[in-house]
Amino acid sequence: MVGVAFWVLAAVAVAGGAAVFVVDSMARATYALALSFVAVGIQVILLGLNYVGVIVVLMMVMEMAIMAVYMIMFMGMNPALMPMSMVHSRRWSLATAITVFAVLVVGIVLTPWPTRSGAPGADTTVELGRALMEGKMLVMIGVSAVLLTTMVAGLVIALPRGRYDRLGEDLHRRPPADPQPGGVGR
Amino acid sequence: MTFPASLAAALALAVGFAVVAVVPAVLGARLEDPAPPGAGRWRRAGMAPWVRVARALGQRRAPTLAADRLLGAAAVVALPVVALLMVALLPLAGFRLADSAVGLVWFNALDVLVWALFWLIGWGPNSVYPLIGGYRFLAQAMSYELPLMFAITTPAVAAHSLRFADIVAAQHGLWFVVWMPVAFVVFCLGVVGFSLLPPLNHPAGVDIAGGVGGELTGLARLSVSAGRYLLLTAGSATAATMFLGGGAGPLLPAAVWLVVKTLAVACALVAVRTVVPTIRADRFVEVGWLVLIPATLLQLLLVSVLVGMGVLP
Repeated sequence: MVGVAFWVLAAVAVAGGAAVFVVDSMARATYALALSFVAVGIQVILLGLNYVGVIVVLMMVMEMAIMAVYMIMFMGMNPALMPMSMVHSRRWSLATAITVFAVLVVGIVLTPWPTRSGAPGADTTVELGRALMEGKMLVMIGVSAVLLTTMVAGLVIALPRGRYDRLGEDLHRRPPADPQPGGVGR
Repeated sequence: MTFPASLAAALALAVGFAVVAVVPAVLGARLEDPAPPGAGRWRRAGMAPWVRVARALGQRRAPTLAADRLLGAAAVVALPVVALLMVALLPLAGFRLADSAVGLVWFNALDVLVWALFWLIGWGPNSVYPLIGGYRFLAQAMSYELPLMFAITTPAVAAHSLRFADIVAAQHGLWFVVWMPVAFVVFCLGVVGFSLLPPLNHPAGVDIAGGVGGELTGLARLSVSAGRYLLLTAGSATAATMFLGGGAGPLLPAAVWLVVKTLAVACALVAVRTVVPTIRADRFVEVGWLVLIPATLLQLLLVSVLVGMGVLP
């Protein structure tokens, strides 16, 4: 049963990934990729890592839903339902893809994979978290704060309008001049 | 359970769940009826779901030009399925279809899937208003989803578990709604959001001719409107499980209590439309990010401190 599920999901994942470059619409390409990721997420569940698997599905679907919006918004042409090729520099990308694939396959085949010693713990998520994070938890927590600060700072720098545009030179203008009034009435 | 037995259980669960979902649908039809009192509004509302089914079966399909039929149809079919999957991991009075240590995350992943589905339903017909509705839905979803995520984190922190059965057990004696009311309200708002009910029905608003589902006809229309009420019911059942003690209650069997609580939440959420007008998605964005996220974070902090100090549960 698990074996059958593995191969079916593997086929869906690969076919979904390939479909990204075959279909002729942004929306289809995006959701083909989402389907591929969902299949991978279920594969992770098959490995016994329920938490990681479900999180993969959650994150990827969310990401693709947002990505579709931006892709359609920012593409040079309106790809709405007009057919549009999803590939460019075909020769170079093919060469790169085939090379990378070959290197990865050779790596997989040549790696001396360890054989299983002992049985997996009761909670595989905790085990995986320990294996990845233990001893580095302080670093990870520090990094997360730095990452968040960077994101906020990046947004602040990228923002075309600041508080002086909204509230005037002396920050006293009420209500603020916003091109899009918000719901809170700041 | 053997495979046929669990299949039968799943079918029974789906049918029972659909029957429960008829109640909020009837209430919704009653509240939408513009007729004056004494005009048989309740009788008409009671008939409404069945009238809709009959109409869907009889209606002629009206496909739009150059529609993306694959994506649109897939999303239309998937909407009720997602609602059914949402209840799959809920503990239903000793009966459990499947038990998973990640029940809460499962629910969360499915409600995120609804983002994609509503956008695709709007995208499918290649028509302006549904597409605008799809975009509105995403903007709205961005604003209810993060508060919703913090809201569902709160019971998980209190119960030290993501498993629904553990969360129910942790509420023994004191329902979570008592000491995490903000999380409960925000969660309910999220349920209203992903079922596209008023006041968060701007994506399906009358100003854009029905918006996201505006071009749907026949069975597709039925699937989406049934899907919305199924999502509402699934969300309400989850709310009852996470905040209202699940099947706990005196005298009556646990299954009855769970249905009663689910219906109480669902009907209350349907009735919100009588007191709050539709909130525009662009306005709701600021409410979500500036009010709801800080509120849920404070709630989470309070609960974490109480749990950390060993005061509760």
